[in-house]
Amino acid sequence: MRRVYLDNAATTYVSNEVLTEMLPIFNTTYGNPSSLHGFGRDAMAELDKARDRIAKAINCKPTEIYFTSGGTEANNWALIGLAMANRNKGNHIITSQIEHHSVLDSCKYLETQGFRVTYLPVDECGLVSIADLLHYLDQDTILVSIIGANNEIGTIQNIETIARICHEKNAIFHTDCVQALGAINLDVVGMDIDAMSISGHKVYGPKGIGALYLKSGIKINNLIHGGNQERGKRGGTNNVVGAVGMGKAVEIAVRDMSINNKKLRNMREFFISELNKRFTNFKINGHPAQKLPGLVNVSFEFIEGESILMMLDLAGIAVSTGSACSSNSLEQSHVLKAIGLPAEIGQGSIRISFGKSTTKDEVVYTLDQLEIIVKKLRDISPLTTKRSK
Amino acid sequence: MYTKKVMNIFQNPKHVGVIRGADGVGQVGNAVCGDIMKITIKVEDNKIVDAKFKTFGCVAAIASSSVACGLIIGKTLEEAKALTNKQVLEVLGEVPANKIHCSVLAEEAINLAIEDYHKKQEKLARKLEKQNKK
Repeated sequence: MRRVYLDNAATTYVSNEVLTEMLPIFNTTYGNPSSLHGFGRDAMAELDKARDRIAKAINCKPTEIYFTSGGTEANNWALIGLAMANRNKGNHIITSQIEHHSVLDSCKYLETQGFRVTYLPVDECGLVSIADLLHYLDQDTILVSIIGANNEIGTIQNIETIARICHEKNAIFHTDCVQALGAINLDVVGMDIDAMSISGHKVYGPKGIGALYLKSGIKINNLIHGGNQERGKRGGTNNVVGAVGMGKAVEIAVRDMSINNKKLRNMREFFISELNKRFTNFKINGHPAQKLPGLVNVSFEFIEGESILMMLDLAGIAVSTGSACSSNSLEQSHVLKAIGLPAEIGQGSIRISFGKSTTKDEVVYTLDQLEIIVKKLRDISPLTTKRSK
Repeated sequence: MYTKKVMNIFQNPKHVGVIRGADGVGQVGNAVCGDIMKITIKVEDNKIVDAKFKTFGCVAAIASSSVACGLIIGKTLEEAKALTNKQVLEVLGEVPANKIHCSVLAEEAINLAIEDYHKKQEKLARKLEKQNKK
């Protein structure tokens, strides 16, 4: 059966260039970077090289990069570590309603620890309002965390403006840029970002590795205790293979950003123009322009997302649902809810995310299958009226 | 998460549609929760001779509807009323725990359709009574 992968926002394959750099670390440069001997020093050299590459890609010092087990750990650490370490300055945290669950659930945890958290609403495109941010920022606010680019609808926030406003009020600004990395230029100095979470496997690197950028001088409490790794800030034997893979992947992502973005944007425009030609009663979610180049979140009325996903899967095509129904929760996606999408329309949402190897032929095949599937499910649905067909 | 069996039923559902001039109609659920099930039945001599469904919902909801319709065709109204989601689940085999409610929806839709049938019959009986009095 033909297989088409259009779920690149969930994860990507490891590119050959990345894999080539990783392989010798498994069985040649396999030392523990904390060891004093030659094997250890060789591994440490590889780790340093990876750190340098990431630092260069986001314009920070290598000593400001801390490797973690992934984006989720980086987000947990940023939220909990920064809040706890700066508690003497205030008790208030601001985030948005469309964060990744690793940020939202860390905030919920912090609420149980006595912190006050404001979850900023977003407009129908998914943008955080600067007026709202200004309204809620006060003397008590120690930390603001806003997602750079949303993983469900792809909306990109005005990060620089948000950072500037936070600093005017002396709050630390953290941003989850797991999805934004490789899609927009992330210059932490130019954008005045204090802390930023990134991950390897969204940019053709391996899973299980991420990093937190933390501007030097900012206090953070440890989340993982037990060891002097990462300059005493994050215990545990370093995932050298992962770090090397991520280092190369991030380097390539930044190097090829404009080529990839152009390709992805063309793919998306083609896909949307075909949707307009072939379908009725659907809605594209997210911002019309300020969004990730390779992501389309579309709601088909009268049918349900999981059914669309599984029918596509039967045709060998991988996408994900915008609604949380498939992920063991029957509640609507918090992101689609936050942009004010009515629940009955939100139920019919799927997220399609193109990758750098996606071909036009694959997109056409997907559209053809989607046409058959949407018709089939609408024929089964009691909500479809003759007029809406 | 879904077994091959459930996926097969979902891919090739039976008894899809709406019976014109149905003797009983049962609709449950709402779009906000993500599931709507509508079952129509045709009754002759106290027996369900046909049942069809239209469903808005997930894989399990569509598969449950198909199975439930198949289970009640040929049954007496009493037998169909006694049907529970357990029998639907038995035919489906394994479903994820959070999808069991879909089989309950099917049970509820059938019960509503049968109730609707009885209501329609009572109405018809009253109408006939009135006509006879005249």
